[in-house]
Amino acid sequence: MTDDQRVLIMIPAWNEAASIGDVVAEIRGELPEIDVLVIDDGSSDDTALAARQAGATVVRLPFNLGVGGARRLGFRYAKAHGYQVAVQIDADGQHDPRYVPKLIDGLQDVSLVIGARFAGEGDYRAGGPRRWAMIVLSFVLSKMAGQRLTDTTSGFRACDRSLIELFAEWYPVEYLGDTVETTVRVLRLGYKVKQVPVAMRQRFRGTPSKSPAKALIYLGRAFFSLVLAVTRR
Amino acid sequence: MRLTVLTAVTAVILLAIITELLRRRQLREKYVVLWMAVGFIVVLVGFFPGLLNALARAVGVASGASLVLFLGVVFLLLVCIHLSWEASRLEEKTRTLAEEVALIREQLAERETVNDR
Repeated sequence: MTDDQRVLIMIPAWNEAASIGDVVAEIRGELPEIDVLVIDDGSSDDTALAARQAGATVVRLPFNLGVGGARRLGFRYAKAHGYQVAVQIDADGQHDPRYVPKLIDGLQDVSLVIGARFAGEGDYRAGGPRRWAMIVLSFVLSKMAGQRLTDTTSGFRACDRSLIELFAEWYPVEYLGDTVETTVRVLRLGYKVKQVPVAMRQRFRGTPSKSPAKALIYLGRAFFSLVLAVTRR
Repeated sequence: MRLTVLTAVTAVILLAIITELLRRRQLREKYVVLWMAVGFIVVLVGFFPGLLNALARAVGVASGASLVLFLGVVFLLLVCIHLSWEASRLEEKTRTLAEEVALIREQLAERETVNDR
């Protein structure tokens, strides 16, 4: 990580007042030289206040747009303010900020670095349909990328200035579009993508969805999203 | 002949509603053209039911009623698809506006903190 690079960490948050303060404070503590932007996606609780008090810049959407909408706003902010690198982190605390320098280092030879859960570090496990979806997604995307991408739905990513400019204009609002479709698009435009192993932690608060019905729906939507992304121009 | 009367009356009411909406500027012109055209066709068919059967025979459909049903369903489907498309476009526009609002709010807050110092 070089010192002259301006880096922005962006965290979309929707009603995360309980955890966002801890997440921001931890990032500020680990990486004091990096700016933190929290995108308050139309929260009805004190998310914006908690984030601001913890030392983040906050942009507040007037109503809920979903993760994709919130992320594009982050990229528009990054573009307008001249940041060279943007790092995406989730608001629930499962992404460990100590891996951020590792992600940014990865940008020396590629444009998009994905923090991957299954690549050797940590003990994250997924089962059932969710796992099949991930296997198929990673198979197809690895083929496209010309190298192994094991965790394509990870929201822990870093990208360089050229992708900040792309994502500020184009960022899908659909579910899974923000991870799968962006990766497909980036690869088809000829940018290089690679993954870096990271350990994921338990979320600070909130529970991941475990119901099999939801997992099946997830599988369906993942395939749908992939097929759309690959067939789209 | 009862059905014919019903169709004719409906068509006239339809035309009246469209005209009134247009007069009150509640309907964009691009939609008015479409619905006016539909209204006129229904009026024609309502007052001259013979036209319909002649048309049906010309394209080889057994009865005028089936032809109307078929065309009606196809037309309504197309309208629904168009409206979904329109709604998607509008959602994209509101999304962009929401993003602009958020950015402007942040700039404003920034400016206020600078002024306070």
